[in-house]
Amino acid sequence: MRFSSLLLLLFWSLPVSADWALNLPRGVTPISKEVYDLHMLILYIVTVIGVAVFGVLFYSMFRFRKSRGAVAASFHHNTTIEIIWTIIPILILIAMAVPATRTLIHMEQTQDAEMTVKITGYQWYWEYKYLNEDFSFLSKLAEESQKARQLGANEPLGENYLLEVDRPLVLPTHTKIRLLTTAADVLHAWWVPALGWKRDAIPGFINDNWTYIEEPGTYRGQCAELCGRDHAFMPIVIEAVPREQYDAWVTEQMAAFDEEEEAKAALCAEPQCTMEELMLAGEPLYQTHCALCHQANGEGLGPFPSLIGSPIVIGPVSEHITMVLEGKNAMPAFAPRQDITDAELAAIITYERNAWGNDLGDVVQPDVVVEQR
Amino acid sequence: MSTAETTAPLSGAMNHGHHDRPSGIGRWLFSTNHKDIGTMYLVFSLIMFFVGGAMAMAIRAELFQPGMQFLDPQFFNSMTTVHALVMIFGAVMPAGVGLANWMIPLMIGAPDMALPRMNNMSFWILPFAFALMLSTFFMPGGAPAAGWTMYPPLVLQQGAALPFLIFSVHFLGVSSIMGAINIIATVINMRAPGMTFMRMPLFVWTWFITAFLLIASMPVLAGAVTMLLTDKYFGTSFFSAAGGGDPVLFQHVFWFFGHPEVYVLVLPAFGILSQVIPAFSRKPLFGYVSMVYATAAIAFLSFFVWAHHMFTVGMPLAGELFFMYATMSIAVPTGVKIFNWLATMWRGSLSFETPMLFAIGVVVMFSIGGFSGLMMGITPVDFQYHDTYFIVAHFHYVLVPGVVFGLISAVYFWMPKWTGNMYDETLGKWHFWTSTISVNLLFFPMHFVGLAGMPRRIPDYNIQFTEWNVLSSIGGFAFGLSQLIFLWVVIKCVRGGSRATDQVWEGAVGLEWTLPSPPPFHTHTTPPQVTAAMART
Repeated sequence: MRFSSLLLLLFWSLPVSADWALNLPRGVTPISKEVYDLHMLILYIVTVIGVAVFGVLFYSMFRFRKSRGAVAASFHHNTTIEIIWTIIPILILIAMAVPATRTLIHMEQTQDAEMTVKITGYQWYWEYKYLNEDFSFLSKLAEESQKARQLGANEPLGENYLLEVDRPLVLPTHTKIRLLTTAADVLHAWWVPALGWKRDAIPGFINDNWTYIEEPGTYRGQCAELCGRDHAFMPIVIEAVPREQYDAWVTEQMAAFDEEEEAKAALCAEPQCTMEELMLAGEPLYQTHCALCHQANGEGLGPFPSLIGSPIVIGPVSEHITMVLEGKNAMPAFAPRQDITDAELAAIITYERNAWGNDLGDVVQPDVVVEQR
Repeated sequence: MSTAETTAPLSGAMNHGHHDRPSGIGRWLFSTNHKDIGTMYLVFSLIMFFVGGAMAMAIRAELFQPGMQFLDPQFFNSMTTVHALVMIFGAVMPAGVGLANWMIPLMIGAPDMALPRMNNMSFWILPFAFALMLSTFFMPGGAPAAGWTMYPPLVLQQGAALPFLIFSVHFLGVSSIMGAINIIATVINMRAPGMTFMRMPLFVWTWFITAFLLIASMPVLAGAVTMLLTDKYFGTSFFSAAGGGDPVLFQHVFWFFGHPEVYVLVLPAFGILSQVIPAFSRKPLFGYVSMVYATAAIAFLSFFVWAHHMFTVGMPLAGELFFMYATMSIAVPTGVKIFNWLATMWRGSLSFETPMLFAIGVVVMFSIGGFSGLMMGITPVDFQYHDTYFIVAHFHYVLVPGVVFGLISAVYFWMPKWTGNMYDETLGKWHFWTSTISVNLLFFPMHFVGLAGMPRRIPDYNIQFTEWNVLSSIGGFAFGLSQLIFLWVVIKCVRGGSRATDQVWEGAVGLEWTLPSPPPFHTHTTPPQVTAAMART
């Protein structure tokens, strides 16, 4: 790019989103406000120290120049001043440590929560499970962002580009909420700046945290721990609503969740599934669980292999099932996954073996997957 | 302060004549000469600096605008991962070892390093280790893309590159440990008569302490990556909860290496500043003894702060408090060092040749990185900062205008000694000013986007972060181009220039400045006699 067009690009982009965002948000929870105040306190302290230290440095550079005829003194130590500049920083540090300790202790008080949501990180989306009401759903990058983020895509980037999901996490305001974080595959970290903290989601371990949202609104965040190729594309959106509105939403969700579960259980009308049933169920499931890497058209991308005519997909069924269940390298294992049934895996495998010109005609029945498990 | 009568016997006049200098490729392949090996380390480091820099340019090009323009996200992750590995293990560490090789024998009056054959081997491992690492770009699954920290389980998803990465880290560890043993053996055994420990130049002291850090920390890294290898290929479950292990264990082991490693990079730069600032202040270093103890204190404390790299994994409150207090305490000895440099300049007679400019740049910009480091040490606030661009801004401030500027200062300071030619002072000043302006344009905006909510290690971002990223990228390209000036200065100085005197700098004090410029192939073959007056400048 020529320099002039580069400059043009720079100045043209300013009015579009003249954010020039500078600082931590103050947030909407008691903790986030404490954290913000602590951040500002320490920032002011180090700024004052910086001005003093650099002031002395620049004064010396100006005052003691050889070119101005400065003659060097020969002193090389002074015990008194060395003790002073050891003691004073210690006192400043203690002054910082006191409020920091208080805030930290406050953050760890997870008891007495009124409700609990378990957050599970997957490559590359989140699952929210409302433990008290026993329903759950997945939350993924919204469609428009998904399209616009493809390499070389020329889609317009909306205001909430990469910070919009299909189904937000709905939480009530003025409620002490316990948030558990864990992960299914690799490390993730759940972070919404407006809440004032982030916490790692670790496979096999559960971290507990809490929040108390004081203002209704939409709060956005992102995964903060490198979790593979699409780390940048698994945002978090919280919809904080007043209690009554939340209760109504929960009732709605529980009904919808039960319907979904029934539909899942009854993937096929008869004990033996037909090709049509499996293909019909398999397509959306493939798009949900596989297309992030292998792409919607099965052609793969970069390190992720194409499924069209791939030796695994057009090879023996049993090897295909093994690959899906156990995974290999970047391919995750689906066997331990709680959110996908064996019938759904059968539908996905059938779909892969019959889509995009892979016309093998194989019908993979759910019980074959169950047996091979 | 008179040094005249004591320096007479130290010239290199004793050694010319017999088997002076091997020639051809064998001179370099089989070299046991600390100067040649030092040169090879420095040249290798400069090459890797440009290799890692090219990757940084790719990163900044993708981040120039929101949306995906040039790189696949997986390749972007490879870029950030390998950029870090190349810069840390390929550019900064070898540059430090190269300077140690060249300068420690000259500074303590030793004829060479204590273990010259091992010295040869510890250098020649490096090109092979990096050939292994960089060859992974051509492998199925691509180059390592799980971050230089190699956290499992993600790193175990890596394709064919994983074992190559691990073996390359093993090789780098072996090379570093051999280099460290050599430095310790040299400093303990090879000091000239009268060169007591408390008369050693600060650069020798900082490297002596750094060598212990290396010996203590590199085997820990080797152990961590070996456990990754067995988890991947031999059915162990050190880091898999499903098999009874713990992914967080890796982070504890890794950072037990990783934090001392930070000081492996930083301490030699501190040593360089303690040589350069007195020379151009024409005044002895203020607080020599407290400098030595502060360095030792920093090194000691560096073993007790590792978990501040992982505050968000969910530690017990007591652990979080301990690591917060321990981390904050490092500010005390670090502050002592900064104050000592200021006091050295106070009432000096200052001139601002290129080495001094870079050294002053370090004092200012390392302090900025130190301030953000102190902020991040406060655990509850770090829950916001962790894994954002604020962190990227912090460690680049301490490593680029901190450590790398320190290394560049050393090159300008000692290059006239090495080559016998003065470098081009005008170009040197251009290099300093373009680098300083661009490096701040590059890294300062990262503080802002990080605080505003931009996570690190992402190839694409929301439009609210656009403006600062545009500035960062422009700063990045300008910083990259500025380093070509450095390359040109070095080449020009090696090829010729006005003759350097033995003393080179008016205020320079120490044994290396009593030798001819350039020094003969073998120096200090007759040990010089060092007196208190000479040493304490």
